[in-house]
Amino acid sequence: MSRTLLRAEVFLRRLLLRPRLDLPLLAALLLLAALGLFFLASAADLSWRTIGGQALRFVIGFAVLYTIARVPPAQFRRWTPPLYATSLLLLLLVLVHGEGSGADRWLNLGVVRFQPSELLKLTMPMMVAWYLARRPLPPSWRDTGAVLLLIALPAVLIAKQPDLGTALLVVMAGAFALFLSGLSLRRIGLMFAVLLALLPVAWHHMHDYQRERVLTLLNPESDPLGTGWHIIQSEIAVGSGGVLGKGFMQGTQAQLQFLPEHTTDFILAVVGEEFGLAAVLLLLALYLFIIGRSLWIASNARDTYARLLGGALALSFFVYVLVNGGMISGLLPVVGVPLPLVSYGGTSAVSLLAGFGVLMSIHAHRKFMK
Amino acid sequence: MNTPRVSSSANDTRRQGPRVRRRLALVLALLALAGAGLLARAVDLQVVRREFLQQQGDARFLREIPIPVSRGSIFDRNGEPLAVSTPVDSLWANPPELLAHTDRIPALAAALGVNAAELQRRLEQRANLQFVYLRRLMSPDAARAVLALHTPGVYEQREYRRYYPMGDVAAQVLGFTNINDQGQEGLELAYNSWLSGTPGLQRVIRDRLGQIVQSVDLVREPKPGHNLTLSIDRRIQYLAYHDLEQAVTKHDARAASMVVMDVRTGEILAMVNLPSFNPNDLTGSTPGEWRNRAVTDVFEPGSVMKAFSLSAALTTGKWTPTTPIDTAPGWYMMDGYTIRDTADFGKLDMTGVITNSSNVGASKITATFSEKRLYDILHGFGFGRSTDSGFPGEASGLLPVYTSWRPINRVTISYGYGLNVTALQLAQAYSALADGGILHHPTFVKGDDNPPERVLPEHYAREMVGMLRTVVSPAGTAPMARIANYTVAGKTGTAHQAGGGGYLKDKYYSVFCGMVPASDPRLVGVVVVRDPQHGHFGGTVATPVFRRVMEGALRLLDVPPDHVQQWYSQLPPAATSSASAGAAP
Repeated sequence: MSRTLLRAEVFLRRLLLRPRLDLPLLAALLLLAALGLFFLASAADLSWRTIGGQALRFVIGFAVLYTIARVPPAQFRRWTPPLYATSLLLLLLVLVHGEGSGADRWLNLGVVRFQPSELLKLTMPMMVAWYLARRPLPPSWRDTGAVLLLIALPAVLIAKQPDLGTALLVVMAGAFALFLSGLSLRRIGLMFAVLLALLPVAWHHMHDYQRERVLTLLNPESDPLGTGWHIIQSEIAVGSGGVLGKGFMQGTQAQLQFLPEHTTDFILAVVGEEFGLAAVLLLLALYLFIIGRSLWIASNARDTYARLLGGALALSFFVYVLVNGGMISGLLPVVGVPLPLVSYGGTSAVSLLAGFGVLMSIHAHRKFMK
Repeated sequence: MNTPRVSSSANDTRRQGPRVRRRLALVLALLALAGAGLLARAVDLQVVRREFLQQQGDARFLREIPIPVSRGSIFDRNGEPLAVSTPVDSLWANPPELLAHTDRIPALAAALGVNAAELQRRLEQRANLQFVYLRRLMSPDAARAVLALHTPGVYEQREYRRYYPMGDVAAQVLGFTNINDQGQEGLELAYNSWLSGTPGLQRVIRDRLGQIVQSVDLVREPKPGHNLTLSIDRRIQYLAYHDLEQAVTKHDARAASMVVMDVRTGEILAMVNLPSFNPNDLTGSTPGEWRNRAVTDVFEPGSVMKAFSLSAALTTGKWTPTTPIDTAPGWYMMDGYTIRDTADFGKLDMTGVITNSSNVGASKITATFSEKRLYDILHGFGFGRSTDSGFPGEASGLLPVYTSWRPINRVTISYGYGLNVTALQLAQAYSALADGGILHHPTFVKGDDNPPERVLPEHYAREMVGMLRTVVSPAGTAPMARIANYTVAGKTGTAHQAGGGGYLKDKYYSVFCGMVPASDPRLVGVVVVRDPQHGHFGGTVATPVFRRVMEGALRLLDVPPDHVQQWYSQLPPAATSSASAGAAP
């Protein structure tokens, strides 16, 4: 009994006095998770199964974060190629026999079901960082081509599931690492031009439902009962909340089931409706702090690998927030991107916290200044 | 190009570090920009467009649903029900909710007695609605049996169905309501807003599937409809219907109407029409049967008009009931028309013209005074103008203005051709004679007495009633109208039906207008039989109906007999009438 107490005391003292974790970032993450649970409780109509499940995932997530934080970046660097290869393999497995409603994204491992594409959100920037860290920077055309190939391979596999949203996010995670490596803006512009030229080709290969979503964004009122439903209901929810919101569990759009997916992808609309602009601003501030702190950690990293990886992770996180927020407010098409650490959902919360574990590790093994 | 395979970390920091930092600064700027974009959008939605979106949000869940109220009942003058609303249930479904449980549809269809595939198709067609009637106006027991299945998305709605205890007997007067309990015909239509009341309004919160989650507040208190007490006497109404139907059957007539009016108030005590229909079940009935012919149908009245043309003669002062007039040889020619009596009555006095219904006499008397006087008296008695009874579709009849008359018009109008009237107008005019020259506008509502008008000086009216009493004497045209122990006054009419550019040879209206007791009239009865087949004279077709109905009505209303000595001195009533029938033409 006293031994466990002693151990706990030692652990706490270590944590506080010789922090291998970045305390401001940790505090912000914990606050966000707590806020997330509170918002979820309101959105899920106080369903203890949902709230308990999410809380459990946070516990697992923070445990993963703590564990990963103790592994030095050099270790990750060594493991990167096999990790990347494994994720690719799992993606292929999903293509062969995955399960899920509508799109095959899930892999059933007996005990847990998870989306291998989530794994890529982590292993993709690792792989790009690993490759670029070995080459002189800024990268040559050849290296850029190699990196693009590394990015394209899993992206195509994910897009084939079909899960265009995740594919784009994975591409972005890799692209951020490439961008941070100092690729000249001229080359970036050139690539964008090529991409733009390829857009009609992509349109041609898109599924009907994906095209519909894009078209719906341009004019949601064209099909208010069908694909426009999400956007219209979401805008109404956010807008009717006003500055202070309608109150805990008082959102009519969410509680009367007008708002679809109100515990997962559209939870920000519930926040806007029930807690108003105030809560939205609070969340936005918290996210910006987390992103800013993450970027600061990345910029102080010891080597190129860690710097590229940390930066890419921070920017990916930023993109999640941006895409989800844009979707809720009707600025971007409806893609299945959850709001980080607030939306209900297991794989997302755990993989995000794992990413922050990597950042913590980078922080713990940062270069020593002065 | 020679590139080192592994760069040292020191080298990294010095050479690549600043570049990455510059990139990070660029990224930070982008980040701030995006954050500002999201912020602007949030403010736009939550502050700028808030009101609109709030309203849109409310429109999605706040609904106002009506609370049904029962329609007022209609009673007769003694409080007996003529039309009542009984609660029934209608079942409705919320298609999205029900379609989520397709497996329950066959059982539901079986309970409703409809085809399951048909029901499912109907629901699918309306899948984006939240309200579809499954079946309306079921008996509460049958509805409960369906609800006992507890099918999701099936609900009941309380509604009211109209029931008419008298069925065919008062069908045209009362009219009927449609499936939504709104008056469509008759008094149901005329008094619809009074009877129907105001449904309440309840504001509720409904979720996306249309289920009521919570009641918020009562927007409007439900106000049940008002009751309506009619002037109709159910018992007299029944008598009239019964006797008129017998006459129609006996004479194979096409249609018939009868009106019984209270002389002193203008209240209509009975109004029946044949052919009739069952207002409780309209299937198979036709709009022709729905018509309240006594109010909506006009016809040329014939001899019954003589009472008014000769009243006009009395007002000149030149004519009294005993003034003589020569009707020989029973016909004369004018402008190419022949005016003809049924026989050559020779020298008559004015009373005799009424007694024998002499067309020649009536037209000769009318020729002695101005057309304006005739027109004014007829118009005064209500011909050519609405009776203001308020009945939907009431006809005003036609009385041409005297300035447009040709000489022959004055002659024919004196015995009832060249104008047309409704049965109700005749009842109103005879009531005016009966009440000493005071015209009461007829009404269907008990105690609703419109301001009366004097249309004839009282002593002329009394003189005319006296003359009309001779009509029911054995020498008159309607001895069958006599009622034991009561005095009767009245006038027969037999009018050719107009049609096809002239008068139809074998088609008649058989009419009798009369009042009882003649010494102090209380009731006026008007009988109109259209197109009787076996015998057509007003005296033989319409008069017996008048006698039987009035006989019963006098007893029901407890009117004291005014001619009791007859009871001691004469034959029993039944024998009296049959003896008279044998003697009359």
